[in-house]
Amino acid sequence: MKTAFRVYTSMFGIRFNYNLQYRAAVLGAIAKGFCWAMMEILGYLAVYRFGGDALPMDFSSTTAYVWAHQSFIVLFSVVFADTEIYSAIRTGTVVYDLARPVGLYGKWFCESASNRLSFALVNCFPVLILGLLAPAPFKLTLPASSPQLCLFLVSALLAFAVTVAIAMLMYISLFYFISQRGIRIIVRSVTTFFSGGVIPLVFFPESVQQVIRFLPFAAMQNMPLQILCGTITDADAVKGIGFQVFWLTALVFMGQSAMKTATKKVLSLGG
Amino acid sequence: MRLYLNYFLMELKSQMQYKTSFFLTMFGQFLTSFTTFFGIRFLFDRIYGIDDFTYGQVLLCFSVVMMSFSLGEMAGGGLAVFPDLLRGGELDRILVRPRSILLQVIMPNMDFSRLGLLAQAMIVLGAAVPASGVVWTLPNVLVLVLMVLCGSVVFFCLFLLFATAAFFTVQSLNFLDIFTYGMRDFGRYPLSVYGEGVLRFLTFVIPLALIQYYPLLYLLGRKDNALYALAPLFALLFVIPSVLFYRAGLRNYKSTGS
Repeated sequence: MKTAFRVYTSMFGIRFNYNLQYRAAVLGAIAKGFCWAMMEILGYLAVYRFGGDALPMDFSSTTAYVWAHQSFIVLFSVVFADTEIYSAIRTGTVVYDLARPVGLYGKWFCESASNRLSFALVNCFPVLILGLLAPAPFKLTLPASSPQLCLFLVSALLAFAVTVAIAMLMYISLFYFISQRGIRIIVRSVTTFFSGGVIPLVFFPESVQQVIRFLPFAAMQNMPLQILCGTITDADAVKGIGFQVFWLTALVFMGQSAMKTATKKVLSLGG
Repeated sequence: MRLYLNYFLMELKSQMQYKTSFFLTMFGQFLTSFTTFFGIRFLFDRIYGIDDFTYGQVLLCFSVVMMSFSLGEMAGGGLAVFPDLLRGGELDRILVRPRSILLQVIMPNMDFSRLGLLAQAMIVLGAAVPASGVVWTLPNVLVLVLMVLCGSVVFFCLFLLFATAAFFTVQSLNFLDIFTYGMRDFGRYPLSVYGEGVLRFLTFVIPLALIQYYPLLYLLGRKDNALYALAPLFALLFVIPSVLFYRAGLRNYKSTGS
């Protein structure tokens, strides 16, 4: 157990240094996140100018939502440039991975998690700081109470894990499909939409919300972002975290058993 | 010309080889813009308009920009291979052939799955045409066609500009995405809603407002001046700096070859 842990942490370290190497790319990503959030907020500003009362979130909450969404976008995206994993499946080098004395599920889970986290730490969190420094209508305001902030952190961590767990299911499905690109695009658009990446889930019509709030996608970025901008508070937030724990367990369990079935098939193909 | 047509057909055929794969990708593209559409739809369930534009008029903007983008990207998206061509030294092989370099890069890299995006945009256009409150006289229809065609030229030029940037920097400048993929998303609202500054930038620097906001005003009968109707043609001026930049990049090119 202890060695396994060391394996995983050193894998993370390697990733992290790798991502730090490209400074200009980092600056570019920060600029992009900042501009994107500003445009998004300008758009919402126009929406609120006209019929803001009709929307279930006030303007400053929406601003906080947009900033947090842009800052954590990599952390909470199912489809990310996990090139090693994609090519391992496509070219068949996955058999080498299977020969290693580390469980494949754990290895890939850890690789995708560290891919996202190391990228997010360098590229995305600065966007959050820029958001805090932005002038008045665009400014990001954090919740005043520290319990709410703690709930946010717990929920964000869980949402991150759920995101990676869904990504794992997608990788496993790639054992069966040839079209990686097609699957990736479909998965990206579905997960982004139902996790509140296009518009916050509370903006959906009531009847639609009744259904989608129980989907695993609602356990992704939707939950921490809503806690951060204050639409879900206290007891509801705790309930929400329980909901996330439930989906995380279910998804990891599903992923592991699917991985077993899938790798059995791969072995039979290997020459 | 025959040669390019052959390139084109070969690529189309090769992409059609894996039919499931092709249609799955196309479906994915369709779905992506579909979610953007639903984002607008759900928001406008609660509000009635944005500034002084109605839901139908917003949809008109959305579909025009989406169609322009999909055509522009289908042709120009493939230029994203430029950095790889440079690094791998494959550009040298293309340079020695006595044919247009640009077309040799574009033709084999066309991405036909973008048609999924186009299809979705056309469906939305179908809904927007009656809902927008525009009187569809012949000149107005022509203005609409002009918007889409000139728009796709502008998007193509943007892809060309960013691909050419590879001549000058080794690193990928992914923040330029905000002008391609970003404008695809932000173009869903008439560009005036983002405020004076943004509108001015998108008129004089990157002329996307010229294919969306100004001709829209003409279509809605808010401006009679023919200049507004012909604004998309002015957007074509964007071709000049793009091509100059591309030429400069090509001259600047030193092979990485061994």
